[in-house]
Amino acid sequence: MQFPILSVIVFTPMAAALLILLINSERKNEIRVTALAAATFALILSLWVYFTYDKAIGGYQFLEKYNWMPMLGISLHLGVDGMSAPLVLLTGVVMFTGVLISWGIDDRPREFFAFLFILASGVFGVFISLDLFMLFFFYEIAVFPMYLLIAIWGWVKTREYAAMKLTLYLFIGSVVSLVGALVMYWTSGLHTFDMLALEKAAFPLAFQKIWFPFVFFGFAVLGGIFPFHNWSPDGHVAAPTAVSMFHAGVLMKLGAFAALRVGIMLLPEGAKLWAPLIMGLALVNIVYGAFIAMVQTDFKYIIGFSSVSHMGLVMMGFSTMTPIGMTGAGLQMFSHGVMTALFFAAVGMVYDRAHTRDIPKLGGMVKPLPLVAIAFIIGGLVSMGMPGLSGFMAEFPIFMGIWQVRPIVAIIAAVSIVITAAYIMLAIRRVFFGAMPVEFEGHIGPIGVQDKVALVFLCIIMISLGVFPSLMFPWVQAGVQHLMILLGGA
Amino acid sequence: MTTILPILPEILLLALGILVLVLDPFWKEENRRLNLGWLTAGGLFLILGISLVIARPGAQPVLVFGGMLRDDWLGFVFKMFFLFGAAITSLFLMDVEGAGRRAESFLLLISATLGMNLMASAADLVMLYLAIETTSIPLYILAGFLTGDDKSTESGFKYMLFGALTSAFLLYGFSLLYGFTGQTSLYALSASFPTFSLLALGIVFLVLVGLSFKISFFPFHFWAPDVYEGAPTPVAGFLSTASKAAGFAVVLRLFVAVFPSLAANWSMILAILAALTMTVGNLIALTQKNIKRMLAYSSIAHAGYAMIGIVAFSQLGAASTVFYLIAYILTNLAAFGIVTAFGRVAGSDDMKAYYGLSRRAPGLALMMLVAFLSLAGMPPFGGFVGKVFVFTAAIQQGWIWLAVVGILNSIVGVYYYMTVLKYVYLYRMEGEAEEKHPVPRSKPYAIALTVLTVGILVIGIVFAPWFNLANSTALSLF
Repeated sequence: MQFPILSVIVFTPMAAALLILLINSERKNEIRVTALAAATFALILSLWVYFTYDKAIGGYQFLEKYNWMPMLGISLHLGVDGMSAPLVLLTGVVMFTGVLISWGIDDRPREFFAFLFILASGVFGVFISLDLFMLFFFYEIAVFPMYLLIAIWGWVKTREYAAMKLTLYLFIGSVVSLVGALVMYWTSGLHTFDMLALEKAAFPLAFQKIWFPFVFFGFAVLGGIFPFHNWSPDGHVAAPTAVSMFHAGVLMKLGAFAALRVGIMLLPEGAKLWAPLIMGLALVNIVYGAFIAMVQTDFKYIIGFSSVSHMGLVMMGFSTMTPIGMTGAGLQMFSHGVMTALFFAAVGMVYDRAHTRDIPKLGGMVKPLPLVAIAFIIGGLVSMGMPGLSGFMAEFPIFMGIWQVRPIVAIIAAVSIVITAAYIMLAIRRVFFGAMPVEFEGHIGPIGVQDKVALVFLCIIMISLGVFPSLMFPWVQAGVQHLMILLGGA
Repeated sequence: MTTILPILPEILLLALGILVLVLDPFWKEENRRLNLGWLTAGGLFLILGISLVIARPGAQPVLVFGGMLRDDWLGFVFKMFFLFGAAITSLFLMDVEGAGRRAESFLLLISATLGMNLMASAADLVMLYLAIETTSIPLYILAGFLTGDDKSTESGFKYMLFGALTSAFLLYGFSLLYGFTGQTSLYALSASFPTFSLLALGIVFLVLVGLSFKISFFPFHFWAPDVYEGAPTPVAGFLSTASKAAGFAVVLRLFVAVFPSLAANWSMILAILAALTMTVGNLIALTQKNIKRMLAYSSIAHAGYAMIGIVAFSQLGAASTVFYLIAYILTNLAAFGIVTAFGRVAGSDDMKAYYGLSRRAPGLALMMLVAFLSLAGMPPFGGFVGKVFVFTAAIQQGWIWLAVVGILNSIVGVYYYMTVLKYVYLYRMEGEAEEKHPVPRSKPYAIALTVLTVGILVIGIVFAPWFNLANSTALSLF
């Protein structure tokens, strides 16, 4: 029997959360060190899974199956494919950097790290569950700690409102999908929640057409699809830095991934029928998100809306239903996760020192915070899709995919690239360059070692993926291959 | 020996009650609190253990004592949870001012438990009615036990008036049942119960009124908030869990075993009432400022969710209702336990008193988080699995609209449970001096709450054995 690496990955953060809760709340440094140790362990495991995944064979690997409740056909069935392997890695990366960034949290760090790790457990669980019931189980686990993390440690002005809005949106989305999933369970007649079995169930066409939107859009709420994206910028802005990173970096992928896995993979015919609508909504996401980001004056809202825009590209990739577009979407999920984590980390560092995120009030931050500026610029270039960085590797295939299906959509969507360049450049110029306002002179302290490690780590990932796309391309392609078989080679 | 095994728990309960009464006068005043509480709780846990080991029913249900009781898994599983609930409640009761040192309160608790045990296994109309009254009368007194407190007196009185009225309806229904069929045995009676007539529906309606009161089902839920608010908090917890579950045990037995011929009719009526119960409970809970009243409305809503499984009228449905109740008993006992433990210190049940609780008592706050999230239906806690199962059962039988109503309601639930958690974790006490106001821990609370918290987690994660248990009760029905 092989080492049950996936269950260890899921339960590491959970066990760490319990361990942290047992430490005396006054011993803050021990809490932080425990958290970092657990996060490092999870990162190493996820790197291990990623690099030992055999992309030549493809399909689901590292399979583990434990009968959880045979009576209803619920099992703890874990496995990764080429789509989820990068996302597991992404979660490991964001968890690790998130702990580093949160080193300075002084208000009840014990509870903070415990909730953050429960969240991480849920996220890992969704990415590797091959059982529909367990997928929901982990999905909800990923949703509720968010409320507390934002409400307790968030930005004082909007945290209560934003946290509740986010929780209700996501909860509504997930239960809508749940209804769809339960209907699928009974319609299949297989008495199993196992998705590998349900993939082969071949649901009747009429059924797929009716229920696909429930399942897909229920999850896509968390992916930030228009017009259900509203919670996301508010949530990102109100959340503390590490939670924003988790949130935009990983949680939104959770929505997109679950929409793919449960919606498109189990109901492929429905997906084909509804693809034009998804494409239309995703187009609104991309263009509208970019325009709104352009007019924001709050530094964090810019990033929040840029996430809406970039997640639109992921959905757009799905909606093409072509191998190349899907591959792009898979890559974009990873690339955007790392990029946005970096953005939020940088924004958080600036805000912690300047105590304002109002762009007109900022300026000249490059002098006191050179590393932050460099990292932000790299992130900005990724966001614009500059060749040589991970963003290009991800966005280019998406646009190729759209071009194959509907060239006109590709042209409109490409407008967003220009706008993205504009708002990122503007933000960089106004925050990091120009004259520093007088009141900041001498008040902007340097960033800590932990922060530096986190920023450099994230930058290295983005650059190396841009230079060597082969570090990720084959994985996602292996995943897409399986996906295309389900879609009937469409 | 085998003949008394089916009522072994009841016999032991009676013995325990007598023991409490006999020993009480010999104890000094200062020892009473500890002695009474530990004796009752320990005794109840012991009875639970003994029954689990030697009094388990066989695979085939048997009618015993001249057909008065039915020795089956439905009765047994419920009995075990009543014993558990009573034991936990007696731990909570120990530190209640005015009740914890009185042998009467523990005796009443034991006799109510005895009544519930009989309710769960009664197979005869006469027995059933007697059991319901044996349960209700001690509970009326317990609700009004704090004689110096006007609210408690009001609570007891209100509970009794409502109870007496609905009990009369129930009795009327039972007498019509007898008049119709000439039988008092539930199982003999079901054979001669007519398939459909207005009178038959009328009987179902009358019985439903009586039982709706016990489970606080719309539109007979009005008593719950007032009674819960005034009653001693552990008693309110007991009312909302064990007493409600006892009502559900009777509903399951009557509707599934006695009225199956009318299933198509009553399931629609119950479905509409369940939808209304959930909606009314949740919407009114939104506006509450007193935590006990909020929990009262939430427990009304939970009766609606649990009913969904019965509406489905299938083995899976009955099993998921039982599972839901198991998870709910643990969760709500924990919620009321926390309110007891904290209310004693804060001297108030106003939600404002909960500001800053997580800084005053992180452990208690964490348990509150577990209990409230479980009520809200979040994993990995028992409430989530219970909800998914009842919705699964509903969808299997085509009750998609009911499942959707249930789901919409649980979203409303999330809002108000989260709001309380917000007070606990986010808001500060006046003056922000939480460190100066610690919440002292007392041993009985610590033990009871730890047991409940672990239970909620275990049911939420390793749910298969519990579901099998619930399913064995369903098997004895169909």
